[in-house]
Amino acid sequence: MNDISDKKETEQRFTRLSGLEPLVITPELNFVNVGERTNVTGSARFKRLILDEQYDEAVEVALQQVENGAQIIDVNMDEGLLDAEQAMTRFLNLIAAEPDIARVPVMVDSSKFAVIEAGLRCLQGKGIVNSISLKEGEDEFLEQARRIRRYGAAVVVMAFDETGQADQAERMVECLSRAHKLLTEEAGFPPEDIIFDPNIFPVATGMDEHNNYSMEFINATRELKKKFPHCHISGGVSNMSFSFRGNNVVREAMHSVFLYHATKAGMDMGIVNAGQLEVYDDIDPELRELVEDVVLNRRDDATERLLEAADQYKGEGKRQEKDEAWREKPVAERLKYSLVKGIDKYVIEDTEEARQQHASSLEVIEGPLMDGMNYVGDLFGDGKMFLPQVVKSARVMKKAVAHLVPYLEKEKKAGEKKGKILLATVKGDVHDIGKNIVGVVLACNGFDIHDLGVMVPVEKILEEARKEEVDVIGLSGLITPSLDEMVTVAEAMNNEQFELPLMIGGATTSRAHTALRIDPAYPNGVVWVKDASRSVDVARKLSSKNHRDNYARGIKDDYASYRERAANKKSRKPLIKLEQARANAFEPDWEAHTPETPAQPGLHVIEDWPLEDLVDYIDWTPFFRTWELAGRYPDILEDDVVGEAATSLFKDARAMLDKIVDEQWLRTRAVCALWPAASDGDDVLLYTDETRNEVRERLVMLRQQADKASENLCLADFVAPADSGIEDWAGLFAVTAGLDIEKAQERLPENDDYADIMLKALADRLAEALAEALHRKVRTELWGYAKDEGLDNESLIGEKYRGIRPAPGYPACPDHSEKTKIFDLLDAPGNAEMQLTESFAMLPTAAVSGYYFGHPDSKYFVVGKVNKDQVEDYAKRKGISFEQAEKFLRPNLGY
Amino acid sequence: MNKLEWHDSKRVERLLDVLADRILVLDGAMGTMIQQAKLSEQDYRGDRFADHSDDLKGNNDLLTLTRPDLIESIHQKFLAVGCDMVETNTFNANRISQADYALESLSEEINRESARIARKACDAAEQDDPDKPRFVVGVIGPTNRTASISPDVSSPGYRNIDFATLVESYQEAARGLLDGGADLIMIETVFDTLNAKAAIFAVQEEFEQRGERWPLLISGTITDASGRTLSGQTPEAFYYSVAHAEPLGVGFNCALGADQLKAHVKSLDRVAECLVTAHPNAGLPNEFGEYDETPEEMASVIATYAEEGLVNIIGGCCGTTPDHLRAIADAVADHKPRTLQFPIAA
Repeated sequence: MNDISDKKETEQRFTRLSGLEPLVITPELNFVNVGERTNVTGSARFKRLILDEQYDEAVEVALQQVENGAQIIDVNMDEGLLDAEQAMTRFLNLIAAEPDIARVPVMVDSSKFAVIEAGLRCLQGKGIVNSISLKEGEDEFLEQARRIRRYGAAVVVMAFDETGQADQAERMVECLSRAHKLLTEEAGFPPEDIIFDPNIFPVATGMDEHNNYSMEFINATRELKKKFPHCHISGGVSNMSFSFRGNNVVREAMHSVFLYHATKAGMDMGIVNAGQLEVYDDIDPELRELVEDVVLNRRDDATERLLEAADQYKGEGKRQEKDEAWREKPVAERLKYSLVKGIDKYVIEDTEEARQQHASSLEVIEGPLMDGMNYVGDLFGDGKMFLPQVVKSARVMKKAVAHLVPYLEKEKKAGEKKGKILLATVKGDVHDIGKNIVGVVLACNGFDIHDLGVMVPVEKILEEARKEEVDVIGLSGLITPSLDEMVTVAEAMNNEQFELPLMIGGATTSRAHTALRIDPAYPNGVVWVKDASRSVDVARKLSSKNHRDNYARGIKDDYASYRERAANKKSRKPLIKLEQARANAFEPDWEAHTPETPAQPGLHVIEDWPLEDLVDYIDWTPFFRTWELAGRYPDILEDDVVGEAATSLFKDARAMLDKIVDEQWLRTRAVCALWPAASDGDDVLLYTDETRNEVRERLVMLRQQADKASENLCLADFVAPADSGIEDWAGLFAVTAGLDIEKAQERLPENDDYADIMLKALADRLAEALAEALHRKVRTELWGYAKDEGLDNESLIGEKYRGIRPAPGYPACPDHSEKTKIFDLLDAPGNAEMQLTESFAMLPTAAVSGYYFGHPDSKYFVVGKVNKDQVEDYAKRKGISFEQAEKFLRPNLGY
Repeated sequence: MNKLEWHDSKRVERLLDVLADRILVLDGAMGTMIQQAKLSEQDYRGDRFADHSDDLKGNNDLLTLTRPDLIESIHQKFLAVGCDMVETNTFNANRISQADYALESLSEEINRESARIARKACDAAEQDDPDKPRFVVGVIGPTNRTASISPDVSSPGYRNIDFATLVESYQEAARGLLDGGADLIMIETVFDTLNAKAAIFAVQEEFEQRGERWPLLISGTITDASGRTLSGQTPEAFYYSVAHAEPLGVGFNCALGADQLKAHVKSLDRVAECLVTAHPNAGLPNEFGEYDETPEEMASVIATYAEEGLVNIIGGCCGTTPDHLRAIADAVADHKPRTLQFPIAA
């Protein structure tokens, strides 16, 4: 309807795509990266994840693509073993729920039009279809084009017509010009919504007729861009280097040379692995020359020459040689290299050399060392380095600074610090891995860190903050009661008229909680920090006298509007009534399953479970998450983005684990019990004996209250009701693998945060492994309902066995305070040397406690938000006040 | 570009003429007016649905069939204060929403009859003052389900509605509206753009089957201070996602008052290659869920929209009464409409 005058047309016909956010393709963008890893035909890993229905990890692949700079993501499910329509729908619906992915437009990629339509029906934004062609003639082409237009997507047209796929520039242009005419004149497409794919074919295949393929593409591109300036030219770049599979050095060089020339000719979009493109200028000049000969088809023997040379670039041979070459560079460069790579081998001699060249030691710190650390910070901020690498860099930095300290003292000058930051894990909480990581990251960015450790009472925090004249207070916590404790600190700061800004971090903290509860309690700036990588920027702004006020005010406004939104949102998604939820409970078929009586009922204490028996039970995936590396073990070791960092971290972890096991650094304890049980509404009753006359303890559970199609689950559903006459059983357990960790810490090198964090993370993993091992013993021996269970570790981690072991404080039973019952009943302090803090955190920290349910249909779930009626009911059942219940269930309150 | 002929090219020409000349005024809140009538369950049921199985109170769209007199009088009140366009009483008149009342079979009939009532009121007003054309805007509401958001937090990939079902429901509604004599179609209160895309798909299917087309308006909803739709899109992303409909106008309505909405209308103004519309609420709801911004307060903000040349069509959503619309009509009367960077071809 909007006719556009010719003049306007040449000025501003930009392609305008959208996900949650707009993507306008202006000439300034130069080249649009389309992420290729969410494509089953191109990524073996993605294919495996989809075939195994590991959609959560598949979604992470998409996230990494976007984080690595993909401006559009290509999604392809064309795999014979898949129902591609169903897989496309499921995956697109899942990524629609991830704002960090959904912000970019989607390219729906399939050779089957039904799959393309299924994809288009899931996209609220304006995406791209990849692709259609004239292969089956004009009628089908137009029919498909019109439908795509009606769904509101742009389209990639492939140079393919009734006579076949075009492999010469002239044919490419002819075929695509015809498509352009049909699209604009018949199907209603504006020219900017058309993207040409003239076909990128493999070169250097040994067949002479393939030698000119890249040039054909480049020439066609130049001609098409001239003819149709509003349209775009795209292609699947990795195809061209197909014959060098297995030699990534050569392949990456070929891609970057090809792109260098194709973009000059007008190619402005491409399906590429954004994380793996060699910079044209950084390619080894010799290799570049050889590759250029092939791509530009400059000499008849180009292919042979590249093939001959390719092996030199394969493997490590040539790279190793280069590796020591950095030692020839000036000392500042060498220090920077050591910091970035985390190499401590030469750092002292290099630091000493630098010291002799500079007027003072301080200059060395502020000059080459800080330059290097700033570079590390930049790479980390850009996602080019990962947390374990940064912590290693910090270790090198500490070593260098330690060498300079005696000189510094002689020079009597203190280093100018960026700001002083107090860090503390709040009262009642003992978790400090995250806090320590933040401390290291901040310290290596030049901040002076005053770390008060764990379980720090509010008075101590305030007193130290005054005494040390810090610039920022940072609070951390892992368990939910810590959230309230943070509010307490904020209130105290307000009462005592503090003016320092407050940083909030830790696994259970959230923007929502900070905005709704902490921020209103303190007027002088509260900022939630999502992870260690964001902490530097926040700390920098908060400790700067110039920026602090503006920044804090901006955040405060943001939280205020969040509160307003939250207030408005409440009416949108009502929870159902508790009675309705109960009416929709899960009811196992008790006729089909008779609960087994345990082979060995009662209490069992297991001292010193051998550490070596636990190693195979370790689930490594959460270990990598601790270090902020996303991905599933073992795939993460091969990951395109974090693989290198993960592999190196894993090597260090295995080395320390060997020591922990061989030298018995840690002691374990485990206690569990299996008792007669029954459900009573949403409670689980544990009886004192098999007469079932006397109730030993009432475990109170929560029920899902969301308005949903499936059942509203409660853990009590998995236990036979008291009035059913069925004799059911349930269990409790508490385990730790963290005894003697303080002694183990003394074995570590001084000042080595990397090792310290590693030890704690491994102790956590061992505790989880012990919980897993004990659960298996329960299933196969003590309860014995699964005597023949023969699962390998992968199946254990995949939780493919029968029965569950949910832990209080986790999604199926979020109330941490129920741990007191477990600790009392099992006498965990006496039997397992385990304690609970007043906020129900476990000591030692590397510990797990929870329930056992054995019903074949029992499963983990998320309770989610609960309504006031349930909280009232819960308080009554638990015998506490309503206010107390609200406090325990704070994050789950849905009203 | 769409090649179908206009259903009534003279009428469209007339519409474009007045749009070139001034800011047109869309009417106010049907729901608020119905609320003021304080109807009983009996009013909603009438004779026809006296024995219906489900409670019907609150099914405002049904009043088209059971209290056509009331609906017509509401249209008349808005026309009397100077509104150029009236919206049909069809916000929830679709198969999916009506299923809540077990009345899904009435969807097409309600749409047709609602358009007829609005048509009758507009024709009468136009007869009284032939120089002032009055247009029937056939409203297609969002339904009560979202195609790109899961209703279950614990399973983000789950959907309780799909694109094809939405298309079917919207097309049925469009058919009724066009049969009943609507001059334009407005897909409004878009909180999930995928729903709107299904509505666009449905309307275009209907146009194609009829071999002619009608002007289309699309109005999204910025739900809160995040400045995004409920489904998470920015104003620009929303516009780019619906621009393929080649709408006569795009805009925003509901959720926010004129004050809070203005920044988002400005965002549209910067990118839209078509007319821009707005029909905000009478402020934000107070703690009782009522809208209490006065006509004067609202009109004074709307006046700034007009002064800054942001809009071509202005109206009111929740809480806006004929008094609000009179004040708004006065406030924009002396201002030029937003000028298009691109001319609209009739």
